Amino acid sequence: MNVPTMASLFAEGKQPEVLFWVGCAGSFDDRAKKITKAFVKILNKANVSFAVLGTEESCTGDPAKRAGNEFLFQMQAVTNIEVMNAYEVKKVVTACPHCFNTIKNEYPGLGGDYEVIHHTQFLKQLLDEGKISLEGGTYKGKRITFHDPCYLGRANDVFEAPRELIQKLDAELVEMKNCRKRGLCCGAGGAQMFKEAEAGDKEVNIERTEQALETQPEIIAAACPFCNTMMTDGVKNKEKEASIKVMDVAELIASAEDL
Amino acid sequence: MEYLPNILFALALIAGIGFFSRNVKRLSRNIKLGKAVEVNDNKSQRWTNMAKIALGQTKMVVRPIAGLMHIIVYVGFIIINIEVLEIIIDGLLGTHRVFAPLGALYNFLIGSFEVLAFLVIVAVVVFWIRRNVIKLKRFLKPEMEGWPKKDGNLILYIELVLMFLFLTMNAADFQLQQMNAEHYTKAGAFPISQFIAPLFDGMSISSLVLVERTAWWLHILGILAFLNYLYYSKHLHILLAFPNTYYGKLKPKGEIDNVEAVTNEVKLMMDPTADPFAAPAEDTADPEKFGASDVMDLNWVQLLNAYTCTECGRCTSECPANQTGKKLSPRKIMMDTRDRLEEVGKNIDANNGEFVSDGKQLLNDYITQEELWACTTCNACVEACPVSIDPLSIIVEMRRFLVMEQSAAPSDLNNMMGNLENNGAPWPFNQMDRLNWTQES
Repeated sequence: MNVPTMASLFAEGKQPEVLFWVGCAGSFDDRAKKITKAFVKILNKANVSFAVLGTEESCTGDPAKRAGNEFLFQMQAVTNIEVMNAYEVKKVVTACPHCFNTIKNEYPGLGGDYEVIHHTQFLKQLLDEGKISLEGGTYKGKRITFHDPCYLGRANDVFEAPRELIQKLDAELVEMKNCRKRGLCCGAGGAQMFKEAEAGDKEVNIERTEQALETQPEIIAAACPFCNTMMTDGVKNKEKEASIKVMDVAELIASAEDL
Repeated sequence: MEYLPNILFALALIAGIGFFSRNVKRLSRNIKLGKAVEVNDNKSQRWTNMAKIALGQTKMVVRPIAGLMHIIVYVGFIIINIEVLEIIIDGLLGTHRVFAPLGALYNFLIGSFEVLAFLVIVAVVVFWIRRNVIKLKRFLKPEMEGWPKKDGNLILYIELVLMFLFLTMNAADFQLQQMNAEHYTKAGAFPISQFIAPLFDGMSISSLVLVERTAWWLHILGILAFLNYLYYSKHLHILLAFPNTYYGKLKPKGEIDNVEAVTNEVKLMMDPTADPFAAPAEDTADPEKFGASDVMDLNWVQLLNAYTCTECGRCTSECPANQTGKKLSPRKIMMDTRDRLEEVGKNIDANNGEFVSDGKQLLNDYITQEELWACTTCNACVEACPVSIDPLSIIVEMRRFLVMEQSAAPSDLNNMMGNLENNGAPWPFNQMDRLNWTQES
């Protein structure tokens, strides 16, 4: 796997076309790391000129901001922006909708102006440009339901890119009763990922998993590392992990291509 | 004596409108208690939003049954008000059906008012059934107990009575026209009230005039009373939906504004030339309070939001926290904000224009921390609101107060933020290990 860093390219006097913002989950979470690797495999296969920040990357500050700690958020943001501006970053792609939302919408006001796209949009572009091809096969006819991440869908109106990719796999895309603009949260957003839920009669991820199970899917497709965790836990809770897999759209494509 | 009715009518009109403008003043004073915020950008987009969302009801029809019924009541309300114009002129001048010379057009207008009035009655009955017989879940949440529930029904009763008075008035008028009663010009079409008219068969002209006049007076007095009921009810949305959709958020829903006061502090911290021992200049303003613990800390658009809320509960029914039994209800956030704002307003009225601390605030006395921490910031409530209210922005503003002014975050979140500060990640992993995944198979 070829994963150049911005620092190493810079030393060679090179500038990649796009910065792959890996994010904390993508760097540290065991499940999310697989998504990161799947995405990098596709980038390598398509000969995309990219680099990561590696040890120079730091949390975007999203969970701090949504927990109410604007100070911590802006400290993180300003530090990251300084690093990215020093490398003259123009374009950023990330597999995390939270990083995507923060860098795209909240960094410009603090001096960080970049073209920011989510990895599902990027993969769709690669497909449209013919840089990757998706021949059916592995997923032909499989029932796949797509869970809209709040920070990709409702927050930024990206609904179609992940769906078009799934359809290109010749899979049967089945929608949950709450989808697109009315998609139900997985329960992780707004820093909930890092705390116990308040008292109630159910966990949000169980409610969402039940909606997913109603579609009788073979695969629940996600496009966010946190949604992935929540849905995976939900499927385990329902003891369905033997028959239903939770996979990121990038993983679907990487495995269809047999990378 | 001849002009007594005209004078009485003018007095009622002046009283009704006068009282209403007093309430509007109070409303606008209260909204202005909020912090200033610039919302004058992109005017054309704002007008478009108002036209689509408020005038065009585009978000109402996301739920087709309630949406359709609402459009009927809404269109009925607007169109039938053309009739009110005629009633006012008649009342002031002592004329009767002053627009009658419009002929065929007049017949068409009156006829369509009648049909609309009938449809409004049907819709209002459906609404009443949804609230009281089917008992839709969102109308029965804890925050709806007591006054909000009564308020909702009362509005339906008033609308019902007003429509019946309108039709009764027309029915008596129709009957009088057929009896060639003096003063009752033959004008108008009565597709609905012609079926009520037979009830009046055999009544003398004088009793019919009494019925017609009573219905006419009660109808217009009822409208004036309803106009003044608005401020005390959840029904202000019929007016405020328009400015509220105009001032609604244009940025992507996921974007939460960056706090400028914090930006200035952060810039200072990052500035290598800043003198860390410098005393603040004499004329420096007091450091700004971070976040919101009371309504005056919110901005005026958020306060306008609170007055605009008509408690339909679509936000709450879409809220993942509420759906899974947590205490958070975005509708309650808006209702609490309005209730507290009203309380603050009354306090100011009672203390000669100055707010005197009453030992209460929006946080804890109205909205609990448990509610605030249950939010996933998923924006489902914002998406669901048919009039562009943003409950999430209030939740975030109050979390900011808890965290930045009181360090009162749940301990799990404090751990997360500690990790973030020390390691640049929400988990306790070393930043130097960020590339380890490239080495793992």
